[in-house]
Amino acid sequence: MVKSDFGYNSKVEGEVIVTRADAVVNWVRSNSVWPMPMGLACCAIELMAAGGSRFDISRFGMEVMRFSPRQADCMIVAGTVTYKMAEVVRRIYDQMAEPKWVVAMGACASTGGMYRSYATLQGVDNIVPVDIYISGCPPRPEALLDGMMLLQEKIRQEGGSLRRTFRGRTVETKIVS
Amino acid sequence: MDAAALTSRFPATQDLAGKDMPTFRVAGGDLLAAVRFLRDEHGFDLLADLCGLELQGRPVRFGVVIHLLSTTHKEYVRLHVDAVGDRVPSVSSLHPGANWHEREAFDMFGIVFEGHPDPRRILMWDSYPYHPLRKDFPLAGIEVPFPAADVAEVTGQKVEPAPMMGGPFVSHGGKLSEGEPSALDQSWTEEKPKA
Repeated sequence: MVKSDFGYNSKVEGEVIVTRADAVVNWVRSNSVWPMPMGLACCAIELMAAGGSRFDISRFGMEVMRFSPRQADCMIVAGTVTYKMAEVVRRIYDQMAEPKWVVAMGACASTGGMYRSYATLQGVDNIVPVDIYISGCPPRPEALLDGMMLLQEKIRQEGGSLRRTFRGRTVETKIVS
Repeated sequence: MDAAALTSRFPATQDLAGKDMPTFRVAGGDLLAAVRFLRDEHGFDLLADLCGLELQGRPVRFGVVIHLLSTTHKEYVRLHVDAVGDRVPSVSSLHPGANWHEREAFDMFGIVFEGHPDPRRILMWDSYPYHPLRKDFPLAGIEVPFPAADVAEVTGQKVEPAPMMGGPFVSHGGKLSEGEPSALDQSWTEEKPKA
């Protein structure tokens, strides 16, 4: 018996697929992530490389970079977030429609990185809830792809609501499918 | 350029005998006339750089260094100007390129450029109360409110001093760090909070 017999088999089940709405919605969402490239420093160069033909982020269904927050559902914070820019990052996050996710790409976005200074926000998770942290300074495009695939895995496991940890407390957003 | 041309025209000017380029200390009152003289009569038509200085332990705390380039004679000249208090005349009216350099020197050192057409901060946000490159400013920063009040209300975020322990820019004492006293504040760390 081949493995595919456990799944959908048109000979057995005909033209009908029975599943949960969550599973279908999450499957659709995870395979069409529209990232908002919040490129703030050198990580953005690696982000661009990930979009190019050599690494080709579109193999995983997340190549539709949108520079308008209204059309994006995943903000990739790629670079150093200064206090002056933090306000803008938060506003752009607020303008994105739910459901939305945030990826902190690289050391600076995750923790402030090497910028222990008066001007730099010590991690973008101070102002927006972050789903995936990617290490590296900057991370290689493969690391970004790995992080984005982890995000897809996370999206696939979501229930009827988005649950995130932000500043030590759990924030839950109900999603009406 | 002949050094005597500038010193004879402006007697208060001091020739500092620069090793790489002609270097002069110009009196603040002569600065505009001297820059105009160099631009119009000696061809120094490009302002290559303008920097703020803080001279610790000297009678004059702040100063400005201006590098001028002649694109016709292919030579540089360097001008030092001592601030009077924290004030220096702006050369933006003669070299528009000085505009942002002077804004940066104001932002980082608090040097006020008299006659500047747009004396705002350029790097830090407008309501920021300090001048971060001054020697008495700690490298980690000082707690102030977040730039945007509405974002601060949602996130509870403030502009906080950065934890310095083990940071790559902090040396652990010794000769190398003597010139950078603001980096020596090791009295508080991530493990031992500020008193």
